[in-house]
Amino acid sequence: MSVESLFPRLEALLPKVQKPIQYVGGELNSTVKDWDETTVRWALMYPDAYEVGLPNQGVQILYEILNEMPETLAERTYAVWPDLEALMRSEGVPQFTVDAHRPVRAFDVFGLSFSTELGYTNMLTALDLAGIPLEAADRGEDDPIVLAGGHAAFNPEPVADFLDAAVLGDGEQIAIAITEVIREWKAEGSPGGRDELLMRLAESGGVYVPKFYDVDYHADGRIQRVAPNRSGVPWRVHKHTVMDLDEWPYPKKPLVPLAETVHERFSVEIFRGCTRGCRFCQAGMITRPVRERSITTIGDMVEAGVKASGFNEVGLLSLSSADHSEIGEVAKGLADRYEGTNTSLSLPSTRVDAFNIDLANEFSRNGRRSGLTFAPEGGSERMRKVINKMVTEEDLIRTVTTAYTQGWRQVKLYFMCGLPTEEDADVLGIADLAKKVIKAGREATGSRDVRCTVSIGGFVPKPHTPFQWAAQADHETVDRRLKALKDALRGDREYGRAIGLRYHDGKPSIVEGMLSRGDRRVGKVIRAVWEGGGRFDGWSEHFSYQRWMEAAAEAGVDVDWYTTREREENEILPWDHLDAGLDREWLWQDWQDAVNDVEVEDCRWTPCYDCGVCPTMGTEIQIGPTGKKLLPLTVV
Amino acid sequence: MAQRLRVRYAKRGRLRFTSHRDISRAVERAVRRADVPVAFSAGFSPHPRISYVGAAAPTGVASEAEYLEIGVTRECDPDRFRAALDASLPHGLDVLDVVEAGAGSLADRLECSAWEIRLPEADPTLARVAVERFITTERVEVERLTKKGPRRFDAREAVLSLEVIEGTETTAGQASSQPCVILRMVVRHATPAVRPDDVLTGLRLVADFAPPVPPEVTRLAQGPLDVRTGKPADPFDLDRDSTRGGETEPVGQYVGGDL
Repeated sequence: MSVESLFPRLEALLPKVQKPIQYVGGELNSTVKDWDETTVRWALMYPDAYEVGLPNQGVQILYEILNEMPETLAERTYAVWPDLEALMRSEGVPQFTVDAHRPVRAFDVFGLSFSTELGYTNMLTALDLAGIPLEAADRGEDDPIVLAGGHAAFNPEPVADFLDAAVLGDGEQIAIAITEVIREWKAEGSPGGRDELLMRLAESGGVYVPKFYDVDYHADGRIQRVAPNRSGVPWRVHKHTVMDLDEWPYPKKPLVPLAETVHERFSVEIFRGCTRGCRFCQAGMITRPVRERSITTIGDMVEAGVKASGFNEVGLLSLSSADHSEIGEVAKGLADRYEGTNTSLSLPSTRVDAFNIDLANEFSRNGRRSGLTFAPEGGSERMRKVINKMVTEEDLIRTVTTAYTQGWRQVKLYFMCGLPTEEDADVLGIADLAKKVIKAGREATGSRDVRCTVSIGGFVPKPHTPFQWAAQADHETVDRRLKALKDALRGDREYGRAIGLRYHDGKPSIVEGMLSRGDRRVGKVIRAVWEGGGRFDGWSEHFSYQRWMEAAAEAGVDVDWYTTREREENEILPWDHLDAGLDREWLWQDWQDAVNDVEVEDCRWTPCYDCGVCPTMGTEIQIGPTGKKLLPLTVV
Repeated sequence: MAQRLRVRYAKRGRLRFTSHRDISRAVERAVRRADVPVAFSAGFSPHPRISYVGAAAPTGVASEAEYLEIGVTRECDPDRFRAALDASLPHGLDVLDVVEAGAGSLADRLECSAWEIRLPEADPTLARVAVERFITTERVEVERLTKKGPRRFDAREAVLSLEVIEGTETTAGQASSQPCVILRMVVRHATPAVRPDDVLTGLRLVADFAPPVPPEVTRLAQGPLDVRTGKPADPFDLDRDSTRGGETEPVGQYVGGDL
């Protein structure tokens, strides 16, 4: 059965909406395949606006890998803004893909990549516009399998009612495996309907199918038990880990949009995973172990990607890029290659040490030295021990001073507020630190032309981290501390003007906290918020705290119970049956160490401390050095 | 900078929804992919020497005649340059013509535009009445929201000609060819610019004529007003004259060859 393009019907609506180009598709390096020549078809969604979703690496990688497979088709879809949503509803135009403008409901799989929980309401909009029942239980044989991935999928329980399936971890290999399971099942004539397909996926152990698990609760609300409700379904579902990133050099052909997006650059992931052990960092915990891409593959990918895209900026991505074993060589090699070409290089620079400045200097060789970012995260020495961010005040001041003396005028410092055990003094410590930085900078440069910006995020405890048991700070406390910090900075005659402060109020973090550590009972809150008009919760102009609180109250969901309540060691957590590889006892021990200010080293350079990931997952640390160098590019 | 090239390009089909900013990013990237030796400005943050000439066709409006100038660091053959840039740009942003810049400003030559407005499902009789009334009215005040807020201005005087013809609808993707009202007009470039939607607003004001579905607008040409035809002439004519033989000569001077 062929599927008609929705474009003619969409086209009539486009003159009436903002930034119509985002719905048009046709990006350079995008792919449109013949529907009838393929047997397994994926609609991939990043559940946010096109400008945010298009650059997403995860979606681009899967899009390319799936389209490289014969008889397989993948197209992309993004959240439509409310102006187009209203027109689509009144004109009966369903959720469409931007590649060939096909209706999402016609696909076999509707795959969503959740980087954050704040995309949940956008998923509901897309399902509803697509004509797919919101609840998995109401779906029929003609509906796609709704599949979630991405970091937020490590606890998909709050959206379990809306999902048919979820996968944890790296998507490359499991997307291919799922495709083959579907192909086989369809080739057999789809025996047993979608139920059997989901069963085949669940049996493999690599795909979580929420409806095959029952959750029982204690009278006090805690979870009593999560158990499979049919035989053949595994008790625990494991995450996926791609070993040898050199074998998966994606994206090879980056998508180049016509519309403006949030990242206008070609990004290469230089390694995956991080074992710095920052206790607040879910990404670092769930992506272990560290797997480096080799210097030569990085060089090849940059060369090919710049050629294929025409981007004038290359970003070297990872959770802590300065930690690549050959980052010095990578930086020098790329800077040499692109010197004088107007191709600039960027490194998300957050590590607090002098080496990071050397790298930044290398990368800004033919450009400007505008701003450098460091992330001490905690305002006091004690706080940094709690979160295992091993930076001393002395390190920080020395590093920033070095940056100032080498011509950097603007330094950005990242902190968090609301961390476990935090007291008012810890947050006020941020002001002291910032003042010391400016003072030292002025002395070292002999100039008053040095600035720093303090940027503060609210801490949200995340699943699969040592802080998964911690009480989240209530928003009143966070707001009070931020106000005190603001007063301490603004009121300072000597340094106040040299220090900028950026922060958000604490309310959105509470909603994020409920969604992060929520269980299946939170689903009805999400649905009620969406029904009440909730959309684009990651955007401050669309987010409504009041709407979330009212929906929770109406649904009988106690927000505090999910957020500001500390959990006991033995409480069954909603995601305990989902295995990120981390040993639960190790996580608990690390939580105890946190409270006692005990630090833990990085296992790349010190002996293994048994976090559990490598033996459980059959993986190992993959790092260089390879000893290789980047050769100059030959001029054609 | 060894040479300046003048480029005429089209914005077609679904790419008519690109904004001017979108196009400028796309051109910069296309130039890089095509390995065109584009010149860069000096200074702290060098920019490619690409400048857009004339008022860009609005987002959502197609065009067969948009213009830009690009500086290159070594001499390029205009035809090969055209082919290379066209191949590098996405389908729908099409490079139609490239000449080496002669003397004189291109912007000064873009005196007027020819526009086509397709009005599917519109009533041809009503359209004729509205156009007749518009033409015979001396002043038609319209209001448009500009960046500086709402602005009132006359949409009539700049309209040099306006006619109704009948054709068939060719909206992208639609197979059916319904009869369709087509307006053709030539509008003098003025400040504030009178755009096709201003003329449509004018038709609504003078005769209560409103198209039932969104109109499809295309800029057909831009150039100096040819008084004989009442239409824009090719603004590159002067460049072709003055650069014949590959050498830049003073504008207007006849440099030989059979005419």
